[in-house]
Amino acid sequence: MATTSLPERIRRDFPVLQREVHGKPLVYLDSAASAQKPLAVIEGQREYLSNYHANIHRGAHHLAQLATEAYEGARTNLANHIGASGTEEIIFTSGSTDAINLVAQSWGRHNLSKGDVVLVTQMEHHANIVPWQMACEAHGARVEPVNVHADGTLDLEDFHACLETHQPKLVAMVHASNTLGTINPISDLCRAAADAGALTLVDGSQALPHMSIDVAHLGCDFYVATAHKAYGPTGIGFLWGKKEHLEAMPPWRGGGEMIQRVSFAGTTYNSLPHKFEAGTPHISGGIAFGIALDWMKGIGMDEIAAHEADLVAHAHSALGTVKGVRIIGTAPHKVGVVSLVAKGIHPYDMGTLLDGQGIAVRTGHHCTEPLMDHLGLESGTLRMSFAAYTTTREIDVAVAGLERALAMLR
Amino acid sequence: MASNHPLIESRQQEVIEDFSVFDDWMDKYEHLIDLGKDVPVIDDARKTEEHLIKGCQSRVWLAADVADDGGVIFTADSDAIITKGLVGLMVRVLSDAPAQAIAEANLHFLDAIGLHQHLSPTRSNGLASMVQQMRLYAAALAARQS
Repeated sequence: MATTSLPERIRRDFPVLQREVHGKPLVYLDSAASAQKPLAVIEGQREYLSNYHANIHRGAHHLAQLATEAYEGARTNLANHIGASGTEEIIFTSGSTDAINLVAQSWGRHNLSKGDVVLVTQMEHHANIVPWQMACEAHGARVEPVNVHADGTLDLEDFHACLETHQPKLVAMVHASNTLGTINPISDLCRAAADAGALTLVDGSQALPHMSIDVAHLGCDFYVATAHKAYGPTGIGFLWGKKEHLEAMPPWRGGGEMIQRVSFAGTTYNSLPHKFEAGTPHISGGIAFGIALDWMKGIGMDEIAAHEADLVAHAHSALGTVKGVRIIGTAPHKVGVVSLVAKGIHPYDMGTLLDGQGIAVRTGHHCTEPLMDHLGLESGTLRMSFAAYTTTREIDVAVAGLERALAMLR
Repeated sequence: MASNHPLIESRQQEVIEDFSVFDDWMDKYEHLIDLGKDVPVIDDARKTEEHLIKGCQSRVWLAADVADDGGVIFTADSDAIITKGLVGLMVRVLSDAPAQAIAEANLHFLDAIGLHQHLSPTRSNGLASMVQQMRLYAAALAARQS
């Protein structure tokens, strides 16, 4: 029996993939920036807004109850999806950036002091560097980076040396690099960090859409990710933290929802997870995030991961035949991200000429300037990134488009 | 808005005519690449922070000088070819015109040739920043002349 490929089965779920750009069929290879949305997510958000929108947690009425059940249901869904021990460990945030800032500000305020080190890696997104720099600056601590090898893998020897030399209070590291695709050996790294007495925060923004996540197995203390790269809406993400840490951390934003009782004599705070969720949340986003998780589960994370591994292998081999092109990031384990440079050609020029052919990629430093500096790529790279709906044919179209662009630019 | 200086207006009409033959974006880009080859190149010594235009993913340098006849001479360069074409297009339309006329120019040709979308401040090519910088240079030169 002939088996149909994953994209053949699911592409019709993505209305945007049917459109044209500049008169050509859209080839969307920018899923690492943001994934397109399946109908289930689009309709789920619409259904909430059309049928049971209300503010959650407080209303005495029927709609408020329906909305609260759906929003809290998404939290339960997410807790199950990542292997959390309970819903009180899931804090909804506006995204990964917001989640990292929460930990940097709240945990940092009580735990960082003069001379302390927060260890990061050279492949971090700015969102996992700048919040730590800000927290460190406020408390006289400093941020130190772990080296990355030329092939895009983490320098494990340097990682262990840094743990020993710097005795960091916390290690903040990316699960999968948005620029290189590299999947880091997180459970090994977390174990080593714990042995050295450091807490760990893992930025799972690129991992959540590509593989199954089990925070207990990973052994980290905090895990963050965003919904919109995992087929969900923008403006919603989460922080997972071990309950003991979250209990000990003070709230960092004040307002409604996060309080138990307010008076001018003093205010007491709500319990987890609400003490970190001041103000009315992104209710439709949270509900649709839960639907996106269901959608991924419906396919199976293993199938998505296998499909993307095939796409990466296909792209590496197809790009290997293009003269002057060098792939940046050739780690053995990668998510669906392929960065490249072409000798003497600015990535922006290639990206523009691909756009002219209806092919969407990203060019530049991908919010990883320290990594680009480290690799000596001052103009950045061109990045093709894939999702469950990406086809090998689209990669072939992009590679042919790239050859055409290069011919025009040389 | 006051009508354009005749030189700027006629250059805009030329560009509109040139672009009218292209209905495909790739052909427009091909043409831009050619335009970039004709840009009067800024001296290497002037490729400094002072002449760098902010807001582009690629680097663009731009300088403005006044010729003996009072017209503004722009020189420019970029490390990206299409960006160099965009700046070349602007130089082609605005160079040699009097400073005051450049500062006040109504650049309707960008709309006419479909490059208007490239003027949005969110675009990474920095065309909007280029246009703004050329106007600023011209305004400064005009102020000096008056």
